[in-house]
Amino acid sequence: MTSIGTAPPPALELSRIAKAFGAVIALTNGTLRLESGSIHALVGENGAGKSTLVKIIAGLYQRDAGEFLLEGHPVDFTSTAAAKAAGIAVIYQEPTLFPDLSVTENIFMGRQPTGALGMIDRRAMHDEALALFERLGVRIDPDRPTLGLSIADQQIIEIAKAISLDAKVLIMDEPTAALSGVEVDRLFAVARSLRDEGRAILFISHRFDEVFSLCDTVTVMRDGAYIATSAIEDTTVDAIVRQMVGRDVTTLFPKTPATIGDDVLVVEGLNQPGVFHDVSFTVRSGEIVALAGLVGAGRSEIARAVFGIDPYSSGTVRVGGQLLRKRKPTAAMAAGIALVPEDRRQQGLVLEASVARNATMAIRRALSRFGLLTTGMENASARIWASRLEVKTNALDTEVGTLSGGNQQKVVLAKWLATDPRVLIVDEPTRGIDVGTKAEVHRLLSELAGQGLAIIMISSELPEVLGMADRVLVVHEGRITADIPRAEATAESVMFAATHSSGEAA
Amino acid sequence: MTDTAQRAPRTYKDFGQPLWRRILLTREMAIVGLLVIVYLVAALSVRNFAAPITITYLLLDVAAILMIALPMTLIIITGEIDLSVASIVGLSSVVLGTLHQAGLPIEAAGLVAIVVGAIAGAVNGFFITVVGLPSLAVTIGTLALFRGLAVGLLGTTAVTDFTEFWTDLAKSKIPGTPIPSVMILFVVLAIAFAIVLHFTAFGRGIFAIGLSSEAARFSGVNVERTKFILFVLSGAVSALAGIYYTLRFGSARGDNATGLELSVIAAVLLGGVSIFGGRGAIHGVIAGVLLIGILSSALRLANVTSDVINIITGALLVASVVSTSILAWARRRRVGPGVKKGPPAPGQD
Repeated sequence: MTSIGTAPPPALELSRIAKAFGAVIALTNGTLRLESGSIHALVGENGAGKSTLVKIIAGLYQRDAGEFLLEGHPVDFTSTAAAKAAGIAVIYQEPTLFPDLSVTENIFMGRQPTGALGMIDRRAMHDEALALFERLGVRIDPDRPTLGLSIADQQIIEIAKAISLDAKVLIMDEPTAALSGVEVDRLFAVARSLRDEGRAILFISHRFDEVFSLCDTVTVMRDGAYIATSAIEDTTVDAIVRQMVGRDVTTLFPKTPATIGDDVLVVEGLNQPGVFHDVSFTVRSGEIVALAGLVGAGRSEIARAVFGIDPYSSGTVRVGGQLLRKRKPTAAMAAGIALVPEDRRQQGLVLEASVARNATMAIRRALSRFGLLTTGMENASARIWASRLEVKTNALDTEVGTLSGGNQQKVVLAKWLATDPRVLIVDEPTRGIDVGTKAEVHRLLSELAGQGLAIIMISSELPEVLGMADRVLVVHEGRITADIPRAEATAESVMFAATHSSGEAA
Repeated sequence: MTDTAQRAPRTYKDFGQPLWRRILLTREMAIVGLLVIVYLVAALSVRNFAAPITITYLLLDVAAILMIALPMTLIIITGEIDLSVASIVGLSSVVLGTLHQAGLPIEAAGLVAIVVGAIAGAVNGFFITVVGLPSLAVTIGTLALFRGLAVGLLGTTAVTDFTEFWTDLAKSKIPGTPIPSVMILFVVLAIAFAIVLHFTAFGRGIFAIGLSSEAARFSGVNVERTKFILFVLSGAVSALAGIYYTLRFGSARGDNATGLELSVIAAVLLGGVSIFGGRGAIHGVIAGVLLIGILSSALRLANVTSDVINIITGALLVASVVSTSILAWARRRRVGPGVKKGPPAPGQD
């Protein structure tokens, strides 16, 4: 809560912004002060109102009350175009580019430089794109189509676009969620150089290590309201977490030792050309095995193949000694495998269906009596699991898509725990969910392992991997390159194996 | 660790809305209400409309559409479509006529016709689920293919010498009522389809596929098998409707029921089924078919020309589809971001 210099007007200043959607109040006091030449972190649990605030800045929503100043002047954006024209750019977690157009064409979409006779001046466009990338210190071929570029590269293109528009305020909404370590470093270098050019950057993230290494100021929000702004050197992770949740979060990774039993899942020599190669591993009951590695290393593909969604050309998957048929999720489910997929919104849930329908989707046959299934039977089962996992919803017929990310994840977990699985595969179980729910998910996984479940956890967050896993399997370019027991697993040993193809971790 | 114990246990309501709102404020009930209003207005203002004979003919006319609309509803809810149904009616009619002419009794010939219909549906299902082609393209193709087979088999002639017992049965009424006997068959089918769609695990899978086939697959719904079964059912029910159609007019022809698929699809959409999949109910569809039937029958009795009738039913369909979009848009404005785009609506946490 340090005072900030008042000489020039801040690049962007919001005070007491309020916004409601019908009866749902999203923001009561959105307050934020962005200085030029600064990287400012905005943190808060999901549902704290960060996204709503960002959308008001971006011109997507209009505020109900409050003051919005841009470089000292009051503004009122009625469209995203107006916000863009005023120098505000938003980089989303997953950029939306035209896949078949070239990088250059994407940067200049809608405002291509023209030459004689109003023809597009391709040369000028190409040269300017090259200059932009040089300024950002990245190497992307401006002539290639954006199809097939990594999410990291796509974000860079969005940033290049913002700079070519001379954006004064850059908002990055969880930009690192899908990036690997190297890509994060590059993004941070770009962000720092933009800061040094005097732009104001707002960085939204759930990862505190990133907030502390990149930002100079941090603002915390909770329940739609501003809580505090501090200079980064004056605060600590514990203090921020306390401000975010309004209480002490006791343990983030409450792994309790569990009795490790017999082999439950045995995967041998799984191959799928171009995706993964010669993958063999075993998971025992009571054991949490983490699949670590860079994004795109093939971890999710291995999990999906084991569950029968994705194909594999050779190899075997056995559960309790019983051989599973390929490409048959129903066979995997019958054998006791449950998969909480990576993409909650596309794969985990039917967003437009109710909480009860989703929570009983995987057991709808078992729940039927004489072949009949009623909403009452679904509600009875859903109620048990919703209360066990403390899903925050008013009614069981609420559309699951209207819940917050953390609660959606709980519904996915409820859906799969209801099947009474022997093997639980969780793919990025805490991605994009708030700190409080994250701790609940970790506690739950630990508890389930204690009850004898075999758990495979795919995670891109090293602290989560190191905190939760009994054993870490590192995947690099589709191969398992290391099998590290808990005692020897360190950030260094896992990262080394994740970035080096020749086995043997340090 | 201790905060779990401190929190009061959560209770959950079954439903966010009171019962009357959930029942009355639905698209299906809007169509049922419109149906009642149109019926009352027609009965009061159009001469002879309320006469029992009008009801008999009205139901005889829409019986085939009603039957075919049942599997069509399930198919459209999965996000697919079957345009070949009317051609399967024609094919079934020709199979029935040809075999009957060759000496087979109606029972046996009818059974063969239904099997042929099911096979025709399986052909659609094969190209859609095994080969992976879009149903719109596949069934436009088989619409022409099955019709071509039907006309090719029988040429431009017609088989008319059906046993009188059967042709009379097709037109008969339930004793003491103006309601045709064929409605018994329809009601049995409608109950069966309503149970499958609304009260079975298979039905839950149908809705899930329509809303998100990827999420359905990840939940262990066998998307391909479900669709295949639905297309086979559609073929079989269309063939059954073809048998009724043939016996009712006492004439097996290759060009029977040409264009009927559009009436079926129009009625299903009017009945509240979303063309994008995932939403719909059997009772709404029945109301949709009857609404179009009553409207055109009343207008015909009022001496309105068929062009004008087409304009009115067409406008009604467009209005119903547009009104859904407007309602959805208004709802999005009211409650914030939609479900498909953007993050979840804030404030639930």
